Amino acid sequence: MELPTAAESPLERASRILNVRLRLLRSNLAYLLGRLRTRPLAVVGGLVVLAYVLAAIFAPQLTSYDPTAGNLRERFRPPMWVEGGSAAYPLGTDDQGRDLLTRIIFGSRISLLVGLLAVGISVAVGTALGALAGFYRGPLDNVLSRFADLLLAFPYLIFAIAVMAFLGPGFGNLIMALTFKGWVEFFRLVRGEMMSEKTKEYVQAAKVVGQPPLTIVVTEILPNIVQSVFVLATLRTGYMIIMEASLSFLGLGIQPPTPAWGSMVAAGRDYLLTAWWASTLPGIAILILVLSINVLGEGLRDILDPRLRIE
Amino acid sequence: MRIIKVLERVLMTIPIMFGVAIVVFFFMRLTPGDPVDIMMGQGGAVGVGEIENLRREFHLDKPLHVQLWLFIKDAVRGDLGYSYIQKRPVTELIGERLPATIELAGGALLFALLVAIPVGIMSAVKENSLVDQFTMAAAFIGTSMPAFWLGIILILLFAVRLRWLPVQGRVSFDAGLERVTGFYVLDSLLTGNRAALISSLKHLVLPSVTLGATVAAIVARVLRSSMVEILRQDYITLARAKGQSEFLVVMKHALRNALIPTVTVVGLQVGALLGGNMIAETVFGWPGLGRMVVSAIFNRDFPLIQGSVMVYAFTYVIANLIVDILYTYLNPKITL
Repeated sequence: MELPTAAESPLERASRILNVRLRLLRSNLAYLLGRLRTRPLAVVGGLVVLAYVLAAIFAPQLTSYDPTAGNLRERFRPPMWVEGGSAAYPLGTDDQGRDLLTRIIFGSRISLLVGLLAVGISVAVGTALGALAGFYRGPLDNVLSRFADLLLAFPYLIFAIAVMAFLGPGFGNLIMALTFKGWVEFFRLVRGEMMSEKTKEYVQAAKVVGQPPLTIVVTEILPNIVQSVFVLATLRTGYMIIMEASLSFLGLGIQPPTPAWGSMVAAGRDYLLTAWWASTLPGIAILILVLSINVLGEGLRDILDPRLRIE
Repeated sequence: MRIIKVLERVLMTIPIMFGVAIVVFFFMRLTPGDPVDIMMGQGGAVGVGEIENLRREFHLDKPLHVQLWLFIKDAVRGDLGYSYIQKRPVTELIGERLPATIELAGGALLFALLVAIPVGIMSAVKENSLVDQFTMAAAFIGTSMPAFWLGIILILLFAVRLRWLPVQGRVSFDAGLERVTGFYVLDSLLTGNRAALISSLKHLVLPSVTLGATVAAIVARVLRSSMVEILRQDYITLARAKGQSEFLVVMKHALRNALIPTVTVVGLQVGALLGGNMIAETVFGWPGLGRMVVSAIFNRDFPLIQGSVMVYAFTYVIANLIVDILYTYLNPKITL
């Protein structure tokens, strides 16, 4: 490790710190990948998630059908392995004659986007507020913590449904409904970690050297908490995806004809007797994605932060 | 001493309840326009004077903090407003639907515990056995499964294919059940109506499983992991060394302690039961609070939504209060 020299310009100092951090990150990643090898299930989960992400990105290239335009003459074609099915529609068609596989592939865009955005915003807000509250304490912490407690008095889905009811449906509102309460868990995690890290020697050392408080929080403490936040974020992503699907199932989330798995299950429900595939197959897509995310998340937790075993 | 602690905890819920009421009041502010605008949007041609009258009737002409005060004052007296779509008081509408919802939640909780407790114990006792691995894999899948999808699979299997259980409603019409309390299982017992009892229990099965499956999965996982940990403790070894039977070691020494974290989780899962309630009621056409809220949302019946959300939140707060009190009795070391 380079040692600081007496005459160091701020730029040199910054680049030195960055260098050390990058090397640290690289060795951390190498460690993570090494440990992951002992958890084959988590690796499988990660690969499945990766496959979903790739399918979502390259959806238009993967299929020649239009996800929203139907063809009523092709209504309720069964999946190819069922009698009467054909390879033209591998998973069959829905009530409007749209290729189900195409809609499931396009549906992954909504699920992943909502999951990542909702968790991403929750992480950003929760971490920022949690860091401030945990580091400075005082009245700010009091107000934020009481507000967080209050939000916890509402069951998650009920809260999201209420927010959606008053805001009205739509993508932006959906993200807002999910993050309105989603930040609380990250807030509580970061706040708690901040309070315990604050008393450690390296923070005292940074104070003695004369680093300003905000610099200490951002460059000294947060890098030590980031693993726990990352693990919790992974585990929450699957939950957010189920929340989005549930809201869309109730008709409060993504509106048809945009393909979203929840609303596809709801639409197919009316034709259970004649076309079971229209509502069950999109549900399997949710199940496999969320299962993979959770397997990956639990694997990461066991490696990075075994203390976080909260259920 | 313990009584005082419990009392303290009970009193602590009062500010939370007020906070809940304030949050619910401000939900209304999220929506563009005020309730009168929304009513007029549905009603059509009305004079300006009439709109002003309505605004006054809903206190919308008063400043916000006065509105909030009136809202809370009414709520404390059990007046949650007036549904201008159904033209009836919100409290009355909720009261009518609540028994159905409680019955379903009770069924779900019962199912969850009946499955989770034996499974959790068995998995822990036979740690890493085939049974353990299989049930824990199933529990893991259970936590990743959307409830509405499970409901549909159950309908396909048990109602459509096997025809064992009904798909919709709470009791079959021809059972001729008289409504007494609104809890149909209880009502059929009270009126001695055997056909209705069987019918209402049959109707209860699939929605309860749908709603309770995730809870069962989570509770089984928590119970197993705390049992595994406790079975490794010295006092368990001691109990075995004393020559106590394995059954007593597991059921008395280990389970009692393992139940402590489990009870907390069950309390938290009441939130999942309440939220999932809307899903299960929608899938199975269960005439409870959840379905009423969903249709209230589509009717933009805001007072009804507000009132119901408040009832859900209060139920959750009270459930957690009960759990915390239960907790002190299970674990005397804990002070609230």
